[in-house]
Amino acid sequence: MNRDIRADFPLIQERKDIAYLDSAATAQKPACVIQAEGDFYRKYNANPLRGLYELSQEATAAYENAREKVRAFLGAESTEEIIFTRNASESMNLIAYSYGSFLQAEDEILVSIVEHHSNFLPWQMAAERVGARIRFLECEADGSISEEAFRAQLNGRTRIVAMTQLSNVLGRAYPIQRFAQIAHEAGAIFVCDGAQSVPHLPVNVRELGVDFLAFSGHKMCGPMGIGVLYGRKELLEKMTPFLRGGEMIEYVTRDGATWAELPHKFEAGTVNAAGAAGLAAAIDYYNELGFEWIQAREEALSRTAMEALQAVPYLEMIGAEKAEDHHGIFTFTMEGVHPHDVAEILSSDGVCIRAGHHCAQPLMQHLGVRSTVRASIMFYNTEEEIHRLAESLRSVRGRMGYAE
Amino acid sequence: MQNSFYREIINDHNLRPAHKREVPGANVEKRGVNPSCGDDITLQLRLEDGKIVDGGFVGDGCAISQASADIMLDLIIGKTQEEAERLSEIFRRMITGKVTDEEIEQLEEAGALIDVSHMPARVKCAVLGWHTLDAIAQGE
Repeated sequence: MNRDIRADFPLIQERKDIAYLDSAATAQKPACVIQAEGDFYRKYNANPLRGLYELSQEATAAYENAREKVRAFLGAESTEEIIFTRNASESMNLIAYSYGSFLQAEDEILVSIVEHHSNFLPWQMAAERVGARIRFLECEADGSISEEAFRAQLNGRTRIVAMTQLSNVLGRAYPIQRFAQIAHEAGAIFVCDGAQSVPHLPVNVRELGVDFLAFSGHKMCGPMGIGVLYGRKELLEKMTPFLRGGEMIEYVTRDGATWAELPHKFEAGTVNAAGAAGLAAAIDYYNELGFEWIQAREEALSRTAMEALQAVPYLEMIGAEKAEDHHGIFTFTMEGVHPHDVAEILSSDGVCIRAGHHCAQPLMQHLGVRSTVRASIMFYNTEEEIHRLAESLRSVRGRMGYAE
Repeated sequence: MQNSFYREIINDHNLRPAHKREVPGANVEKRGVNPSCGDDITLQLRLEDGKIVDGGFVGDGCAISQASADIMLDLIIGKTQEEAERLSEIFRRMITGKVTDEEIEQLEEAGALIDVSHMPARVKCAVLGWHTLDAIAQGE
Protein backbone atom coordinates (compact mmCIF):
# COMPACT_ATOMS: atom_id res chain seq x y z
CA MET A 1 0.00 0.00 0.00
CA ASN A 2 1.41 3.32 -1.04
CA ARG A 3 0.49 5.26 2.02
CA ASP A 4 2.11 6.45 5.21
CA ILE A 5 0.07 4.58 7.80
CA ARG A 6 2.00 6.18 10.65
CA ALA A 7 0.77 9.60 9.59
CA ASP A 8 -2.75 8.43 10.54
CA PHE A 9 -1.78 8.10 14.22
CA PRO A 10 -1.34 11.35 16.15
CA LEU A 11 0.42 9.70 19.09
CA ILE A 12 2.96 8.05 16.82
CA GLN A 13 3.65 11.45 15.26
CA GLU A 14 3.79 13.14 18.64
CA ARG A 15 6.02 10.56 20.33
CA LYS A 16 8.72 9.87 17.80
CA ASP A 17 11.01 9.00 20.70
CA ILE A 18 9.26 5.75 21.51
CA ALA A 19 8.78 2.37 19.87
CA TYR A 20 5.30 1.22 20.89
CA LEU A 21 5.32 -2.58 20.97
CA ASP A 22 2.43 -3.25 23.33
CA SER A 23 -0.54 -3.27 20.96
CA ALA A 24 -1.87 -6.54 22.38
CA ALA A 25 -2.60 -4.49 25.52
CA THR A 26 -4.14 -1.60 23.62
CA ALA A 27 -3.74 -0.29 20.09
CA GLN A 28 -2.92 3.29 19.16
CA LYS A 29 -5.78 5.36 17.75
CA PRO A 30 -5.92 6.88 14.28
CA ALA A 31 -7.06 10.51 13.96
CA CYS A 32 -10.37 9.42 12.39
CA VAL A 33 -11.34 7.55 15.58
CA ILE A 34 -10.38 10.43 17.88
CA GLN A 35 -12.29 12.77 15.58
CA ALA A 36 -15.41 10.57 15.50
CA GLU A 37 -15.54 10.25 19.28
CA GLY A 38 -15.16 14.02 19.69
CA ASP A 39 -17.69 14.69 16.93
CA PHE A 40 -20.35 12.80 18.83
CA TYR A 41 -20.02 15.25 21.71
CA ARG A 42 -19.62 18.25 19.44
CA LYS A 43 -22.49 17.51 17.06
CA TYR A 44 -24.90 14.88 18.36
CA ASN A 45 -24.68 14.87 22.14
CA ALA A 46 -28.03 13.98 23.70
CA ASN A 47 -29.03 10.85 25.56
CA PRO A 48 -29.62 8.22 22.87
CA LEU A 49 -32.80 6.13 22.79
CA ARG A 50 -34.70 8.46 25.10
CA GLY A 51 -35.57 11.90 23.77
CA LEU A 52 -38.19 12.52 21.14
CA TYR A 53 -36.51 15.67 19.87
CA GLU A 54 -34.35 15.76 16.79
CA LEU A 55 -30.95 15.98 18.50
CA SER A 56 -31.66 12.90 20.57
CA GLN A 57 -32.75 11.09 17.44
CA GLU A 58 -29.45 12.03 15.82
CA ALA A 59 -27.59 10.69 18.85
CA THR A 60 -29.61 7.50 18.60
CA ALA A 61 -28.84 7.25 14.89
CA ALA A 62 -25.09 7.62 15.54
CA TYR A 63 -25.24 4.89 18.16
CA GLU A 64 -27.37 2.50 16.12
CA ASN A 65 -25.30 3.16 13.01
CA ALA A 66 -22.29 1.94 15.01
CA ARG A 67 -24.21 -1.22 15.90
CA GLU A 68 -24.93 -1.87 12.24
CA LYS A 69 -21.23 -1.34 11.41
CA VAL A 70 -20.28 -3.95 14.02
CA ARG A 71 -22.93 -6.36 12.72
CA ALA A 72 -21.59 -6.13 9.18
CA PHE A 73 -17.97 -6.35 10.39
CA LEU A 74 -18.67 -9.61 12.27
CA GLY A 75 -21.07 -10.98 9.68
CA ALA A 76 -23.87 -11.35 12.22
CA GLU A 77 -27.40 -11.87 11.04
CA SER A 78 -29.08 -9.06 12.92
CA THR A 79 -28.24 -5.97 14.97
CA GLU A 80 -30.32 -7.57 17.73
CA GLU A 81 -27.34 -9.87 18.20
CA ILE A 82 -24.88 -7.03 18.83
CA ILE A 83 -24.69 -5.77 22.41
CA PHE A 84 -22.44 -2.92 23.39
CA THR A 85 -20.51 -3.36 26.63
CA ARG A 86 -17.49 -1.64 28.14
CA ASN A 87 -14.99 -4.27 26.99
CA ALA A 88 -14.50 -7.99 26.38
CA SER A 89 -14.29 -8.64 30.13
CA GLU A 90 -17.74 -7.18 30.67
CA SER A 91 -19.07 -9.17 27.71
CA MET A 92 -17.74 -12.37 29.27
CA ASN A 93 -19.22 -11.50 32.64
CA LEU A 94 -22.56 -10.89 30.97
CA ILE A 95 -22.60 -14.37 29.41
CA ALA A 96 -21.27 -16.09 32.52
CA TYR A 97 -23.81 -14.39 34.76
CA SER A 98 -26.79 -14.62 32.49
CA TYR A 99 -26.29 -17.76 30.41
CA GLY A 100 -24.48 -19.22 33.42
CA SER A 101 -27.77 -19.20 35.34
CA PHE A 102 -28.89 -22.14 33.16
CA LEU A 103 -26.11 -24.29 34.63
CA GLN A 104 -26.81 -26.96 37.21
CA ALA A 105 -24.70 -28.81 39.74
CA GLU A 106 -22.33 -31.34 38.14
CA ASP A 107 -22.47 -29.58 34.74
CA GLU A 108 -19.09 -28.86 33.20
CA ILE A 109 -17.54 -25.80 31.63
CA LEU A 110 -14.52 -26.42 29.45
CA VAL A 111 -11.97 -23.61 29.29
CA SER A 112 -8.54 -23.73 27.72
CA ILE A 113 -5.44 -23.14 29.80
CA VAL A 114 -4.39 -20.29 27.53
CA GLU A 115 -7.36 -18.09 28.45
CA HIS A 116 -6.96 -14.52 29.59
CA HIS A 117 -8.39 -14.13 33.11
CA SER A 118 -11.39 -12.38 31.54
CA ASN A 119 -12.44 -15.66 29.91
CA PHE A 120 -11.71 -17.71 33.00
CA LEU A 121 -12.70 -15.84 36.17
CA PRO A 122 -16.33 -15.26 35.05
CA TRP A 123 -16.65 -19.01 34.45
CA GLN A 124 -15.09 -19.79 37.80
CA MET A 125 -17.81 -17.57 39.32
CA ALA A 126 -20.59 -19.21 37.28
CA ALA A 127 -19.38 -22.68 38.30
CA GLU A 128 -19.08 -21.82 42.00
CA ARG A 129 -22.60 -20.43 42.05
CA VAL A 130 -24.28 -23.71 41.16
CA GLY A 131 -21.64 -26.30 41.97
CA ALA A 132 -20.66 -26.87 38.34
CA ARG A 133 -17.13 -27.90 37.42
CA ILE A 134 -14.41 -26.23 35.38
CA ARG A 135 -12.43 -28.56 33.18
CA PHE A 136 -9.17 -27.41 31.59
CA LEU A 137 -8.05 -28.00 28.07
CA GLU A 138 -4.25 -27.94 28.17
CA CYS A 139 -1.96 -26.86 25.36
CA GLU A 140 1.35 -28.30 24.17
CA ALA A 141 4.59 -26.42 24.89
CA ASP A 142 4.29 -24.73 21.50
CA GLY A 143 0.80 -23.54 22.44
CA SER A 144 -1.08 -25.85 20.08
CA ILE A 145 -4.22 -27.79 20.99
CA SER A 146 -5.11 -30.76 18.81
CA GLU A 147 -8.59 -31.84 17.82
CA GLU A 148 -8.04 -35.11 19.71
CA ALA A 149 -7.06 -33.23 22.88
CA PHE A 150 -10.15 -31.07 22.50
CA ARG A 151 -12.46 -34.03 21.99
CA ALA A 152 -10.96 -35.83 24.96
CA GLN A 153 -12.09 -33.10 27.34
CA LEU A 154 -15.71 -33.09 26.19
CA ASN A 155 -18.28 -35.34 27.76
CA GLY A 156 -22.01 -35.60 28.27
CA ARG A 157 -21.92 -33.05 31.07
CA THR A 158 -20.13 -30.31 29.09
CA ARG A 159 -22.55 -27.40 28.71
CA ILE A 160 -20.23 -24.56 27.78
CA VAL A 161 -16.90 -24.35 25.99
CA ALA A 162 -15.11 -21.02 26.47
CA MET A 163 -12.04 -20.45 24.40
CA THR A 164 -9.98 -17.74 22.79
CA GLN A 165 -9.43 -17.58 19.07
CA LEU A 166 -5.94 -16.13 19.54
CA SER A 167 -3.79 -16.36 22.67
CA ASN A 168 -2.72 -13.03 24.14
CA VAL A 169 0.47 -14.65 25.43
CA LEU A 170 1.51 -17.09 22.71
CA GLY A 171 -0.07 -15.47 19.66
CA ARG A 172 -1.27 -18.90 18.63
CA ALA A 173 -4.58 -19.08 16.73
CA TYR A 174 -6.96 -21.96 17.35
CA PRO A 175 -9.28 -23.77 14.90
CA ILE A 176 -12.44 -22.28 16.37
CA GLN A 177 -14.72 -23.25 13.50
CA ARG A 178 -13.85 -26.93 13.93
CA PHE A 179 -13.91 -26.81 17.75
CA ALA A 180 -17.29 -25.06 17.78
CA GLN A 181 -18.69 -27.76 15.51
CA ILE A 182 -17.36 -30.53 17.76
CA ALA A 183 -18.67 -28.75 20.87
CA HIS A 184 -22.12 -28.49 19.29
CA GLU A 185 -22.11 -32.19 18.41
CA ALA A 186 -21.39 -32.84 22.08
CA GLY A 187 -24.34 -30.68 23.09
CA ALA A 188 -22.38 -27.68 24.41
CA ILE A 189 -22.48 -24.06 23.38
CA PHE A 190 -19.29 -22.32 22.26
CA VAL A 191 -18.15 -18.96 23.69
CA CYS A 192 -15.29 -17.36 21.80
CA ASP A 193 -12.97 -14.67 23.13
CA GLY A 194 -12.17 -12.51 20.13
CA ALA A 195 -10.25 -9.81 21.99
CA GLN A 196 -6.98 -10.64 20.21
CA SER A 197 -8.35 -12.16 17.00
CA VAL A 198 -10.86 -9.52 15.88
CA PRO A 199 -8.14 -6.83 15.52
CA HIS A 200 -5.86 -9.10 13.47
CA LEU A 201 -7.91 -11.66 11.54
CA PRO A 202 -11.11 -11.43 9.53
CA VAL A 203 -13.72 -12.85 11.90
CA ASN A 204 -17.15 -13.95 10.69
CA VAL A 205 -19.33 -15.27 13.49
CA ARG A 206 -21.62 -17.21 11.17
CA GLU A 207 -18.71 -18.92 9.43
CA LEU A 208 -17.11 -19.72 12.78
CA GLY A 209 -20.44 -21.02 14.05
CA VAL A 210 -19.86 -19.72 17.57
CA ASP A 211 -22.74 -18.95 19.91
CA PHE A 212 -21.09 -15.96 21.57
CA LEU A 213 -18.09 -13.82 20.74
CA ALA A 214 -16.63 -10.95 22.74
CA PHE A 215 -14.11 -8.27 21.84
CA SER A 216 -12.90 -4.86 22.97
CA GLY A 217 -12.88 -1.77 20.77
CA HIS A 218 -9.61 -0.42 22.12
CA LYS A 219 -7.49 -3.30 20.85
CA MET A 220 -8.61 -2.60 17.27
CA CYS A 221 -7.81 1.14 17.25
CA GLY A 222 -11.17 2.10 18.76
CA PRO A 223 -11.70 4.04 21.99
CA MET A 224 -11.35 2.54 25.45
CA GLY A 225 -14.61 1.79 27.23
CA ILE A 226 -16.53 0.29 24.33
CA GLY A 227 -16.74 -3.46 23.80
CA VAL A 228 -19.00 -5.86 22.00
CA LEU A 229 -20.82 -9.04 22.75
CA TYR A 230 -22.17 -10.98 19.81
CA GLY A 231 -24.73 -13.59 20.80
CA ARG A 232 -27.02 -15.84 18.82
CA LYS A 233 -30.49 -14.33 18.98
CA GLU A 234 -32.31 -17.41 20.21
CA LEU A 235 -29.90 -17.69 23.15
CA LEU A 236 -29.99 -13.98 24.01
CA GLU A 237 -33.77 -14.06 23.95
CA LYS A 238 -34.06 -16.66 26.67
CA MET A 239 -31.39 -15.04 28.87
CA THR A 240 -32.20 -12.67 31.72
CA PRO A 241 -30.61 -9.21 31.92
CA PHE A 242 -27.16 -8.87 33.45
CA LEU A 243 -27.46 -5.27 34.66
CA ARG A 244 -30.75 -3.63 35.51
CA GLY A 245 -31.67 0.02 35.31
CA GLY A 246 -32.55 2.67 32.79
CA GLU A 247 -33.70 2.00 29.26
CA MET A 248 -33.65 -1.79 29.41
CA ILE A 249 -37.27 -2.34 30.37
CA GLU A 250 -40.56 -2.73 28.64
CA TYR A 251 -42.78 -2.15 31.62
CA VAL A 252 -42.12 -1.72 35.34
CA THR A 253 -44.54 -2.03 38.26
CA ARG A 254 -44.12 -2.18 42.03
CA ASP A 255 -43.89 -5.94 41.82
CA GLY A 256 -41.85 -6.62 38.75
CA ALA A 257 -40.80 -5.71 35.27
CA THR A 258 -40.69 -6.96 31.74
CA TRP A 259 -37.63 -6.42 29.63
CA ALA A 260 -36.97 -4.39 26.54
CA GLU A 261 -36.40 -6.06 23.22
CA LEU A 262 -32.94 -7.16 22.13
CA PRO A 263 -30.35 -5.75 22.21
CA HIS A 264 -31.50 -3.09 24.69
CA LYS A 265 -32.39 -5.68 27.32
CA PHE A 266 -28.64 -6.00 27.91
CA GLU A 267 -27.72 -2.31 27.80
CA ALA A 268 -28.84 -0.82 31.10
CA GLY A 269 -28.18 2.84 31.81
CA THR A 270 -26.86 5.57 29.56
CA VAL A 271 -24.68 3.97 26.93
CA ASN A 272 -21.22 4.94 25.65
CA ALA A 273 -22.53 6.37 22.40
CA ALA A 274 -19.40 8.40 21.68
CA GLY A 275 -17.31 5.27 22.19
CA ALA A 276 -19.58 3.38 19.81
CA ALA A 277 -19.18 6.16 17.23
CA GLY A 278 -15.41 5.91 17.67
CA LEU A 279 -15.56 2.14 17.21
CA ALA A 280 -17.60 2.63 14.03
CA ALA A 281 -14.81 4.90 12.73
CA ALA A 282 -12.24 2.23 13.63
CA ILE A 283 -14.24 -0.32 11.62
CA ASP A 284 -14.33 2.10 8.66
CA TYR A 285 -10.56 2.47 9.02
CA TYR A 286 -10.07 -1.30 9.02
CA ASN A 287 -12.30 -1.65 5.96
CA GLU A 288 -10.29 1.03 4.21
CA LEU A 289 -7.01 -0.77 4.93
CA GLY A 290 -8.49 -4.20 4.31
CA PHE A 291 -7.57 -7.38 6.15
CA GLU A 292 -5.59 -8.63 3.18
CA TRP A 293 -3.14 -5.78 3.64
CA ILE A 294 -3.29 -5.82 7.45
CA GLN A 295 -2.48 -9.52 7.63
CA ALA A 296 0.27 -9.34 5.02
CA ARG A 297 1.88 -6.42 6.86
CA GLU A 298 1.64 -8.05 10.27
CA GLU A 299 3.00 -11.35 8.93
CA ALA A 300 5.99 -9.56 7.42
CA LEU A 301 6.66 -7.74 10.70
CA SER A 302 6.27 -11.02 12.60
CA ARG A 303 8.91 -12.69 10.44
CA THR A 304 11.30 -9.81 11.06
CA ALA A 305 10.60 -9.94 14.80
CA MET A 306 11.05 -13.69 15.09
CA GLU A 307 14.37 -13.55 13.30
CA ALA A 308 15.63 -10.54 15.27
CA LEU A 309 14.55 -11.90 18.65
CA GLN A 310 15.87 -15.41 18.12
CA ALA A 311 19.28 -13.94 17.40
CA VAL A 312 19.41 -12.22 20.81
CA PRO A 313 21.67 -14.19 23.19
CA TYR A 314 20.09 -15.55 26.40
CA LEU A 315 16.57 -14.91 25.07
CA GLU A 316 14.16 -17.82 25.26
CA MET A 317 11.03 -17.56 23.13
CA ILE A 318 7.87 -19.13 24.51
CA GLY A 319 5.44 -20.96 22.22
CA ALA A 320 5.66 -21.75 18.54
CA GLU A 321 8.85 -21.88 16.51
CA LYS A 322 7.36 -20.43 13.35
CA ALA A 323 6.76 -16.72 13.00
CA GLU A 324 3.36 -17.25 11.33
CA ASP A 325 2.07 -18.97 14.48
CA HIS A 326 2.72 -15.85 16.58
CA HIS A 327 0.39 -13.32 14.95
CA GLY A 328 2.56 -10.45 16.11
CA ILE A 329 2.78 -11.60 19.76
CA PHE A 330 6.19 -12.59 21.13
CA THR A 331 6.53 -13.67 24.72
CA PHE A 332 9.94 -14.56 26.07
CA THR A 333 12.27 -14.65 29.05
CA MET A 334 15.88 -13.56 29.36
CA GLU A 335 18.21 -15.77 31.34
CA GLY A 336 19.18 -14.25 34.68
CA VAL A 337 17.10 -11.09 34.32
CA HIS A 338 13.65 -10.63 35.78
CA PRO A 339 11.08 -9.47 33.18
CA HIS A 340 10.40 -6.29 35.14
CA ASP A 341 14.04 -5.34 34.94
CA VAL A 342 13.98 -6.05 31.21
CA ALA A 343 10.92 -3.79 30.85
CA GLU A 344 12.53 -1.02 32.84
CA ILE A 345 15.75 -1.04 30.81
CA LEU A 346 13.78 -1.12 27.56
CA SER A 347 11.66 1.74 28.82
CA SER A 348 14.76 3.83 29.40
CA ASP A 349 15.55 3.18 25.71
CA GLY A 350 12.03 4.28 24.74
CA VAL A 351 10.85 0.76 23.90
CA CYS A 352 7.37 0.01 25.29
CA ILE A 353 6.76 -3.66 26.03
CA ARG A 354 4.84 -5.54 28.66
CA ALA A 355 6.22 -7.62 31.53
CA GLY A 356 4.37 -9.81 33.96
CA HIS A 357 1.81 -12.59 33.76
CA HIS A 358 -0.34 -10.97 31.04
CA CYS A 359 -3.55 -11.80 32.93
CA ALA A 360 -3.01 -15.47 32.19
CA GLN A 361 -1.62 -16.96 35.40
CA PRO A 362 -2.94 -20.52 34.85
CA LEU A 363 -1.06 -20.56 31.51
CA MET A 364 2.11 -19.27 33.16
CA GLN A 365 1.83 -22.05 35.74
CA HIS A 366 1.23 -24.62 32.98
CA LEU A 367 4.29 -23.42 31.05
CA GLY A 368 6.35 -23.31 34.25
CA VAL A 369 7.26 -19.64 34.06
CA ARG A 370 6.50 -17.06 36.70
CA SER A 371 6.63 -13.95 34.65
CA THR A 372 7.59 -13.11 31.08
CA VAL A 373 8.28 -10.25 28.68
CA ARG A 374 5.87 -9.65 25.80
CA ALA A 375 6.39 -7.55 22.69
CA SER A 376 3.36 -7.24 20.42
CA ILE A 377 3.12 -5.81 16.96
CA MET A 378 0.47 -4.13 14.88
CA PHE A 379 0.37 -3.05 11.26
CA TYR A 380 1.55 0.46 12.15
CA ASN A 381 4.85 -0.77 13.57
CA THR A 382 8.07 -0.67 11.57
CA GLU A 383 11.07 -2.94 11.01
CA GLU A 384 13.18 -0.19 12.54
CA GLU A 385 11.22 -0.40 15.81
CA ILE A 386 11.75 -4.16 15.93
CA HIS A 387 15.50 -3.74 15.46
CA ARG A 388 15.47 -1.14 18.18
CA LEU A 389 13.81 -3.68 20.48
CA ALA A 390 16.37 -6.36 19.64
CA GLU A 391 19.28 -3.98 20.11
CA SER A 392 17.99 -2.84 23.49
CA LEU A 393 17.49 -6.46 24.55
CA ARG A 394 21.10 -7.27 23.64
CA SER A 395 22.27 -4.62 26.11
CA VAL A 396 20.10 -5.78 29.02
CA ARG A 397 22.36 -8.36 30.64
CA GLY A 398 25.36 -6.07 30.49
CA ARG A 399 23.40 -3.30 32.14
CA MET A 400 22.27 -5.70 34.85
CA GLY A 401 25.88 -6.31 35.81
CA TYR A 402 26.64 -9.50 33.88
CA ALA A 403 30.05 -9.53 32.28
CA GLU A 404 29.47 -11.36 28.99
CA MET B 1 17.09 4.18 36.58
CA GLN B 2 19.60 6.38 34.77
CA ASN B 3 21.85 6.93 37.79
CA SER B 4 24.73 4.51 37.28
CA PHE B 5 25.91 4.58 40.91
CA TYR B 6 22.46 3.44 41.96
CA ARG B 7 22.37 0.86 39.17
CA GLU B 8 25.68 -0.59 40.34
CA ILE B 9 24.48 -1.00 43.90
CA ILE B 10 21.30 -2.72 42.78
CA ASN B 11 23.16 -4.97 40.34
CA ASP B 12 25.73 -5.93 42.94
CA HIS B 13 23.17 -6.92 45.57
CA ASN B 14 21.01 -8.66 42.97
CA LEU B 15 23.78 -10.75 41.46
CA ARG B 16 25.73 -11.34 44.67
CA PRO B 17 23.31 -11.13 47.58
CA ALA B 18 25.05 -11.63 50.91
CA HIS B 19 21.91 -12.60 52.76
CA LYS B 20 20.04 -14.78 50.28
CA ARG B 21 20.17 -17.96 52.32
CA GLU B 22 18.29 -19.98 54.89
CA VAL B 23 19.05 -18.70 58.39
CA PRO B 24 20.19 -21.41 60.83
CA GLY B 25 18.13 -21.25 64.02
CA ALA B 26 15.67 -18.68 62.62
CA ASN B 27 12.76 -18.19 65.02
CA VAL B 28 10.54 -16.01 62.85
CA GLU B 29 9.66 -16.36 59.19
CA LYS B 30 7.33 -14.41 56.93
CA ARG B 31 6.47 -14.64 53.26
CA GLY B 32 5.95 -11.49 51.19
CA VAL B 33 4.41 -11.50 47.70
CA ASN B 34 3.64 -8.88 45.08
CA PRO B 35 0.73 -10.52 43.29
CA SER B 36 0.88 -8.22 40.28
CA CYS B 37 4.50 -8.90 39.39
CA GLY B 38 5.28 -12.16 41.08
CA ASP B 39 8.07 -11.02 43.44
CA ASP B 40 8.01 -13.65 46.14
CA ILE B 41 10.35 -13.74 49.13
CA THR B 42 10.44 -15.38 52.54
CA LEU B 43 12.21 -13.39 55.20
CA GLN B 44 13.77 -15.26 58.11
CA LEU B 45 15.12 -13.70 61.30
CA ARG B 46 16.80 -15.02 64.42
CA LEU B 47 15.71 -12.81 67.32
CA GLU B 48 17.29 -12.81 70.74
CA ASP B 49 15.98 -10.47 73.45
CA GLY B 50 14.43 -8.13 70.89
CA LYS B 51 17.63 -8.01 68.86
CA ILE B 52 18.04 -9.23 65.27
CA VAL B 53 21.12 -11.40 65.56
CA ASP B 54 20.83 -12.98 62.13
CA GLY B 55 18.61 -12.71 59.07
CA GLY B 56 18.23 -13.86 55.50
CA PHE B 57 15.76 -14.32 52.68
CA VAL B 58 14.92 -16.84 49.99
CA GLY B 59 12.70 -16.54 46.94
CA ASP B 60 12.86 -14.71 43.67
CA GLY B 61 11.81 -11.54 41.95
CA CYS B 62 13.12 -8.56 40.07
CA ALA B 63 16.49 -6.95 40.78
CA ILE B 64 14.97 -4.16 42.86
CA SER B 65 13.01 -6.49 45.15
CA GLN B 66 15.98 -8.79 45.68
CA ALA B 67 18.57 -6.04 46.12
CA SER B 68 16.34 -4.04 48.45
CA ALA B 69 15.80 -7.05 50.73
CA ASP B 70 19.53 -7.76 50.78
CA ILE B 71 20.41 -4.12 51.54
CA MET B 72 17.78 -4.07 54.29
CA LEU B 73 19.32 -7.10 55.96
CA ASP B 74 22.77 -5.45 55.80
CA LEU B 75 21.26 -2.55 57.70
CA ILE B 76 19.18 -4.31 60.34
CA ILE B 77 21.27 -7.32 61.37
CA GLY B 78 22.73 -6.50 64.77
CA LYS B 79 20.10 -3.86 65.54
CA THR B 80 17.13 -4.11 67.87
CA GLN B 81 13.74 -4.87 66.34
CA GLU B 82 12.58 -1.46 67.47
CA GLU B 83 15.45 0.29 65.69
CA ALA B 84 14.84 -1.81 62.56
CA GLU B 85 11.20 -0.73 62.61
CA ARG B 86 12.19 2.92 62.89
CA LEU B 87 14.52 2.60 59.86
CA SER B 88 11.88 0.73 57.90
CA GLU B 89 9.44 3.57 58.50
CA ILE B 90 12.02 6.05 57.17
CA PHE B 91 12.69 3.84 54.16
CA ARG B 92 9.04 3.68 53.21
CA ARG B 93 8.74 7.45 53.55
CA MET B 94 11.78 7.87 51.34
CA ILE B 95 10.19 5.77 48.62
CA THR B 96 7.11 7.97 48.68
CA GLY B 97 9.32 11.07 48.59
CA LYS B 98 8.76 12.45 52.12
CA VAL B 99 12.09 12.32 53.90
CA THR B 100 14.94 14.61 55.05
CA ASP B 101 18.60 14.28 54.04
CA GLU B 102 19.63 13.36 57.61
CA GLU B 103 17.11 10.55 57.61
CA ILE B 104 18.41 9.22 54.29
CA GLU B 105 21.91 9.09 55.78
CA GLN B 106 20.67 6.80 58.54
CA LEU B 107 19.58 4.33 55.88
CA GLU B 108 23.19 3.94 54.69
CA GLU B 109 23.26 2.04 51.37
CA ALA B 110 19.48 1.74 51.30
CA GLY B 111 19.46 5.49 50.62
CA ALA B 112 20.58 4.63 47.07
CA LEU B 113 17.06 3.34 46.42
CA ILE B 114 15.68 6.88 46.57
CA ASP B 115 15.52 6.84 42.75
CA VAL B 116 12.61 4.42 43.06
CA SER B 117 10.52 7.34 44.31
CA HIS B 118 10.49 8.47 40.66
CA MET B 119 9.36 5.05 39.45
CA PRO B 120 5.82 4.41 40.70
CA ALA B 121 5.69 1.00 39.01
CA ARG B 122 8.66 -0.20 41.09
CA VAL B 123 7.64 1.03 44.53
CA LYS B 124 6.10 -2.31 45.50
CA CYS B 125 9.28 -4.11 44.48
CA ALA B 126 11.46 -1.84 46.60
CA VAL B 127 9.35 -2.06 49.75
CA LEU B 128 8.62 -5.81 49.62
CA GLY B 129 11.36 -6.83 52.06
CA TRP B 130 10.64 -3.89 54.37
CA HIS B 131 6.93 -4.54 54.29
CA THR B 132 7.57 -8.17 55.22
CA LEU B 133 9.75 -6.98 58.11
CA ASP B 134 6.88 -4.80 59.34
CA ALA B 135 4.49 -7.71 59.10
CA ILE B 136 6.79 -9.66 61.43
CA ALA B 137 6.93 -6.73 63.88
CA GLN B 138 3.17 -6.45 63.87
CA GLY B 139 2.86 -10.16 64.46
CA GLU B 140 0.70 -10.67 61.39
